Parts: sequence; structure tokens; C-alpha cells
Amino acid sequence: MDEVMDVNIGMEMVNIVLLGMLFIVGIAIARMRSLFGIVMLSGIYSLVSAAWYVAVDAVDVAFTEAAVGAGMSTAVLLGAMLLTSRTAKPEKPLKHLGPFLVCIVTGILLIYATVDLPGFGDPNSPVNTGVGLTYLQINWHDTGIPNVVTPVLGSYRGFDTLGETTVVFVAGLAVALLLGFGERSLAETIRKEDKAPPPLPKDDATSNEKEGKE
Amino acid sequence: MKSDHHVILRVVTKTLIPIIFLFALYVQFHGDFGPGGGFQAGVIVAVAVILYALIFGVPAAMRAIPPVFTRSLAAVGVMLYAGVGFWALLQGGQYLEYQALFHEEPGGHHGQHVGILLIELGVLFGVSGAMLTIFYAFAGRVAEIRDEDW
Repeated sequence: MDEVMDVNIGMEMVNIVLLGMLFIVGIAIARMRSLFGIVMLSGIYSLVSAAWYVAVDAVDVAFTEAAVGAGMSTAVLLGAMLLTSRTAKPEKPLKHLGPFLVCIVTGILLIYATVDLPGFGDPNSPVNTGVGLTYLQINWHDTGIPNVVTPVLGSYRGFDTLGETTVVFVAGLAVALLLGFGERSLAETIRKEDKAPPPLPKDDATSNEKEGKE
Repeated sequence: MKSDHHVILRVVTKTLIPIIFLFALYVQFHGDFGPGGGFQAGVIVAVAVILYALIFGVPAAMRAIPPVFTRSLAAVGVMLYAGVGFWALLQGGQYLEYQALFHEEPGGHHGQHVGILLIELGVLFGVSGAMLTIFYAFAGRVAEIRDEDW
């Protein structure tokens, strides 16, 4: 494994710094009580891990992580946070002892499992010799698309991607069925406001006035 | 007009949102050559609308992109993706076999390009529609983000 890890020191340092930042952000999230801060920090966590994915050459994953993790889920969590109170209740430290032990044991088991994993970028690992290598070899003849990720996602594994799109659609549908009626009433008030003669010239003026009254 | 102290946010957002949409289109149609594709572009489109909703208020965003439209968009996306599969079936191929779209020999790339373009569009519609539906469902339940929450 050591001969495979023969990479330059600078790259190692980048990895260590980024993973250290992830660790610190994780600790900060666990210790923080303000939900707004936690949502922001989880966005930062996604952004740093996206940077780390770029450092290990997984650009497509990094892109998805930056868009979904840092952008989308932060916005959705922000919306969810506004439905509840702004700070978490302080808890007794002893209550965390059980989960803490479970985390430690799981961590030790995972570290033990990584000993058996092939080294990073190992050309003889199953990932690089099996179907992945085949895709790289036949992709250009089959599809003529330079980015191998796209044909694998769209063409070779088109059924999987159809399933994923359906899952996303069903998730949206489920949330709309569970929560969607608040949205409908808001849409209803908007429609009524639009039909009534506008009290103020600008669209967002009405919402600002509501805000001021609170 | 109270609370005009967000004026910098408003001005900056108005400039940024078209650029974000443009970048989403770049990610969408450049997915064949670089990182990106329908999932990422769909999320970026959704985030652009969510940014608009955060700055200008959810009612303004719902006037621009109505919730009915986002729900329909998600359904249309999945139907577009599945429809490409049925198109291949009608052309005598197997489900989602892009090679069969234009009756090409192995090695012909036109069907692959068109098929992948269409299914990526389906993914874009499906993901952005579903994400916006989820966002509206959450955000429609609270009145406004108050100033002290920022």
C-alpha cells in the first residue's frame, strides 16, 4: 500500500487541511445550539467536502455536492428551520454518553475496515479493473461523448438514472402531499391580492408591510 | 416602503440571478464534455429561484414561478425521460436504447447524443420542479423571514 501512496507532499497537505476543516466544522455543529448557525455550518461542511472531492479528482461528485449540499439543502433546511424555534434546547451531557460510545465503536470498526481497502488510485483495485475499465475502453466507440460520466449515467445506466429521477419526483410529490396545503393557501391569498386593485405599486411592498407589523 | 436596508442584497441578487440561470444552462448542455449534467443544472435552476424567494419574498417568487407550474414541470420531466424510452421502443429497439432512435448501426453516435440530451432535459425538469415544489411546501408555511433571523 505504501508504494501506491507515493504522491507529492503538497497534495497530502491539502487533503489533511481540508479533512481537518471538516472535522472542526463537525465538532462545531455538534456543540452549537443556534439552529441558524448550524444550518450555515452544514452548508460550509458541504462546500469544504466539495473542495476535497476536487482534490481527489472526483469533479462530478464535487459539483453535485456543491450544488445539492451547499446550495439546495441549506436553503431547504433554512425553510424548515423557520418552522421551528431558533435554538435547540440544552441537554444533559450524560445523555450523550451512549451515542458517543456507539460513534467511537463505529469509527474504530470503519478504520479497521479501511486497512483492507485498496490504496487511493490503485490501478489493480476492482474499481479500476472491472466494469469501469470497460466503460473507458468502449465508450468512445459506442457514444462518441468525451465525458465518460455522462454516457455511463445516461446510456449504460439509463435505467438507474430514470429510477433516480423518479425518486426525486416522488420525494417532491410526497412533500407536497404532506405539507402542500399551506402553500396552496398562500397561493390563494396571492391570487386574491392580484385581483384586488394594487394598494402599492411594487410587488414586494405588501410583504414588507406585513413584516413591519410583526 | 419599510426595511429598505436590504437594498444591496436586492441589487446584487438581481444581477446574479440571470447569471445563475445562464450557468445552469451551461452546466446542462456542457455535461457531455465536462462535469455537470441534468441533476446539477436542475438544482442550480432551483437555487436561483430560491435565492429570489429569500430576497424578494416567497409571494413574489410564487407570482414569477407558480407552484402549479413547478409540480407540472417535475411530472413533465419524468414523462420526457420515460418517453425517450418509449420512443426507442416504437422505433423497434429496446427501452432506452438510443442506438435505435434513428436506426443506426453500432458506432453511429447521433442517436446517443439526442437521447442523452433529451433524458438530461428530463432530469433537469424533474429535479428543478421537484426541488422547487419541496421548497414552496416548506416556505409557504411561514409568513416571511424576519430581519432578526438573518
